[in-house]
Amino acid sequence: MSTMTTTPPRPHVPLSTRPPGASYRRFKDRAATVALTGAMILAMIPLVLIIFEVTRRGIGVLSLDFITQTEPPPRREGGGYAAGFFGTLYIMALAVLMSIPFGIATAVYIVEYGPNRLTSTIRFFTDVMTGIPSIFVGLFVYGLLVIGWGGMGFGTFVGAVAIAVMMLPIVTRSAEEMLRLVPHEIRNASYGLGARKWQTIVHTVLPAAAPGLTTGSMLAIARGIGETAPLLLTAFGSGLIVTSLQGSPQGAVPMQLYRGAAQPFEAGIDRAWGAALCLFLLVLAFTIVARWIGSKASTNG
Amino acid sequence: MSTEAPEAPAPEEPRRGSLHSGKGRMADPIFKWAVAACGTIVLVILALMVIRTTSEAWPVFVKEGFFGFLFGQEWTTGNSRTEITGTYGAWPFIYGTLVTSTIAIVIALPLAIMVAFYITHLAPRRLAKPLSYTVELLAAVPSVIFGLWGLHWFLPNVLRPFFEVLESVLGWFFLFEGPIRGVGYLSAGIVLAIMILPIMTAIIREVIAVHPIDQRMAAYALGSTRWEVMRKVVLPASFSGIVAAAMLGLGRALGETIAVLMLIGGSQSWGASLFGTGSSMASHIAATFGEAGPEARTGLMAIGVALFLVTMIVNILARVIVWRLGRMTGDAAV
Amino acid sequence: MRNGRSKLAVLAAIPLLAAACSNGGGETDATGDGGGDLSASLTGAGASFPDPLFQDWIYTYNSDVQSGVDINYQSVGSGAGIEQFLEQTVDFGSSEEYLGEESLEAAAEARGCEAVQFPVVFGSVVIAFNNPDLDGLVLDAETIAGIYSTEITSFDDPAIAELNPDMDLPSDEIVPVHRSDSSGTTAVFTHYLATEVESWADEYGEGKELDWASGLVGGQQNDGVAQGISQNPGGIGYVNQSYAQEAGLSVAKVVNADGTPIEPTLESTIAASEEADVPDNFQFAIDGIGGEGYPIAGTNWIFTYTCGYDQESADAIIDFWTWALTDESAQDLAGELGYAPLGDELTERVIAELEKTNSENGDEG
Repeated sequence: MSTMTTTPPRPHVPLSTRPPGASYRRFKDRAATVALTGAMILAMIPLVLIIFEVTRRGIGVLSLDFITQTEPPPRREGGGYAAGFFGTLYIMALAVLMSIPFGIATAVYIVEYGPNRLTSTIRFFTDVMTGIPSIFVGLFVYGLLVIGWGGMGFGTFVGAVAIAVMMLPIVTRSAEEMLRLVPHEIRNASYGLGARKWQTIVHTVLPAAAPGLTTGSMLAIARGIGETAPLLLTAFGSGLIVTSLQGSPQGAVPMQLYRGAAQPFEAGIDRAWGAALCLFLLVLAFTIVARWIGSKASTNG
Repeated sequence: MSTEAPEAPAPEEPRRGSLHSGKGRMADPIFKWAVAACGTIVLVILALMVIRTTSEAWPVFVKEGFFGFLFGQEWTTGNSRTEITGTYGAWPFIYGTLVTSTIAIVIALPLAIMVAFYITHLAPRRLAKPLSYTVELLAAVPSVIFGLWGLHWFLPNVLRPFFEVLESVLGWFFLFEGPIRGVGYLSAGIVLAIMILPIMTAIIREVIAVHPIDQRMAAYALGSTRWEVMRKVVLPASFSGIVAAAMLGLGRALGETIAVLMLIGGSQSWGASLFGTGSSMASHIAATFGEAGPEARTGLMAIGVALFLVTMIVNILARVIVWRLGRMTGDAAV
Repeated sequence: MRNGRSKLAVLAAIPLLAAACSNGGGETDATGDGGGDLSASLTGAGASFPDPLFQDWIYTYNSDVQSGVDINYQSVGSGAGIEQFLEQTVDFGSSEEYLGEESLEAAAEARGCEAVQFPVVFGSVVIAFNNPDLDGLVLDAETIAGIYSTEITSFDDPAIAELNPDMDLPSDEIVPVHRSDSSGTTAVFTHYLATEVESWADEYGEGKELDWASGLVGGQQNDGVAQGISQNPGGIGYVNQSYAQEAGLSVAKVVNADGTPIEPTLESTIAASEEADVPDNFQFAIDGIGGEGYPIAGTNWIFTYTCGYDQESADAIIDFWTWALTDESAQDLAGELGYAPLGDELTERVIAELEKTNSENGDEG
């Protein structure tokens, strides 16, 4: 028997020693570890640099005035982005009201009532919509509401519609993923207790998915809050505090800082960096609160 | 995968008060129709988008012809209020969009996958959460900040020296031919890569994180190394999620406006060299929309429609890839 | 009971509030000549070229002259300024181009009465360099056109050397930088080239955006152009004078119609504006500037209507622009920012035109 084989017979190897090729596999494992760590460091470098730069240049102008006062002409010092903050909050509040309920409801329909032809279609187009450029959304809302059928002119509401259209597919997509992660056992248990389908969804599935839904919505809001391009064509920008829902141009922090940074005056540019830092801190605070809500919901659920 | 027939009448008397009444019976269909109506909003919005923008842009397509518009090389806007008098060829902008997004994805996708694996599989436990939070936070840094930072700091201090090395080594290759101007396709593409990295990493990390631990444990029990678990167990299972992340990243890259505008060098011509300056569709719209008259806005609306078409094609292609690979690997989540 | 109490609280608050308001008003009156008796909220939109000046004017006017007048000026660009004026979504429009007959007719048709237009300020576009040694380099329209059409590629080109016999010119490659966004600055700059250089007019023309020669660098807004200049050793670009002044850039002298190389300064911009021959309808361009005038200059117009404003808005519009055109502090602000005010004779004519605003309102009844 042994003479017929071209390779020498395998000697008996005790289980405790490593099989052949182990050192190569270990090498590959090491190499991969090094490569992944390197990638992590490489990815963090620009990000850290940006945070550093934004903080370094923005910290100087931050004060209470920065949030409570409107901006003087670009070459004068002092004042702040009150108009931008107010506009951003106003627009985002409307956009959140418009996008998050609909996004989650859509996800519920897709996950709980699908798959059928309509859910597949919705799902497909939601996917497609995540890739729609923000500037196109701006053009669309401009064509539809600002000059088109609506003829509403620039304002808070049309800006919020543009942001909501941006956020909707993100909310839907992430909510869908999160709802799918809810184990079927939980649904079955609810049915077993005699709950109807809508009760199961509202009282069992949604609470179980709440942390994930919060995270997804948070990502969507974070995306919406920094959008500049669609607002340029819809909300249009204002240096004054605008309380009207529609009809007069509304400001927002990213727009105001985009315009401020392009001016040749130091004071205006400093304020723009300050606004960048504020926007960043705002998102940071947002994230922490969202995480906190998320973790609270998960312990209660 | 059949759902467990919840519509069947509950044999047991339900405990909830609301279920006793006829109203409770109606609640289910009402709920279903309500969420279905919400779902169809997406379709309505998309239909409106297509109809509204296309009808706004229609005169330009009529004048140039659809392909004449897409592949035309000259963009000269007219100043009329009633008719189309200029020449509208969007190819330089379409080219700029495709080149910068390709650069961005080529750089960012592998990096995003590696970073996501690092965070989920290799990072020390205490570091994993802060790292992923940081990455997610940066997904929200407004693009105007990336643009400012890219133009004022990153370009002169990092990219330019790097370009000079690249040109001296690979200058014979048409993609890396000089002269180097600083701003250009490659600068915009690299900054785009940095911008889309966080969002892609966040999604891929999430996808990897939900991978069932028992499969991984089983692989480890069979003697796999960490690399083998990542490469052969987690990666294939996460494929559709990774494609979804790439789609989102690509979508963002294709439509990214402000940062590209600040870094691409805004010229209306195009060339093969990545060091060359150009414009993307989105950057050209944002750059000229403000000062555009009615006719020029019609032209920009047409670029918008072209941008929409390009993103649709990319998205649909990506969906088809996911779907086919999903069938091959038997991934049910597709 | 609860209801009654809250009502009482509100009633009590009203006089308090009123007192606070009047108190605040009294204070402004006491501190300066501010306060004023006008009260209106105006919106304007248009050119970005004079935006820094307009913002400062509005701010100063509001804080020192008429605190009851809020003006929101949106620097959206000339095109949108004209557009919004014609659509009547703003109280006044602004542009670097005057309204032609077609637009005036459209305006009259839309509003039911004539539109009024008048210039308010002049500004220059300057040629800036990266290399400080080149400060004061003399260029003329042909060489600038040559540089921007990439026919002249280095600073020691014979055409440049001829204009600068005493200068030691480097052989650096010239990297021309232009605005990539559509802007009035580009319009002024290319209008100058197209008027002076025939081949430029044929090949590139003029406008707020242009199909530039390949190999040029585009920059987003003034800041982008400044970065393009500073990051390329041979960088050269055109920017608003206020920007060059603020950023301390090295600038070129440009040869005017009389063959004199002129340095861009406030004085030379004023001299340029005095070269202009302004017709009664205020439709003019400052071309072929000679004398002591700097040749690359542009004008900014304001548009209003002769009817359709309520009395308060009309008063506020007339008062604000009269202040901006005549008050010494307003004129000083213009000078500080590098804009040239109108000459005395022109100012008088402009104010006469400005006062036509809303003048036909009564007839419309």
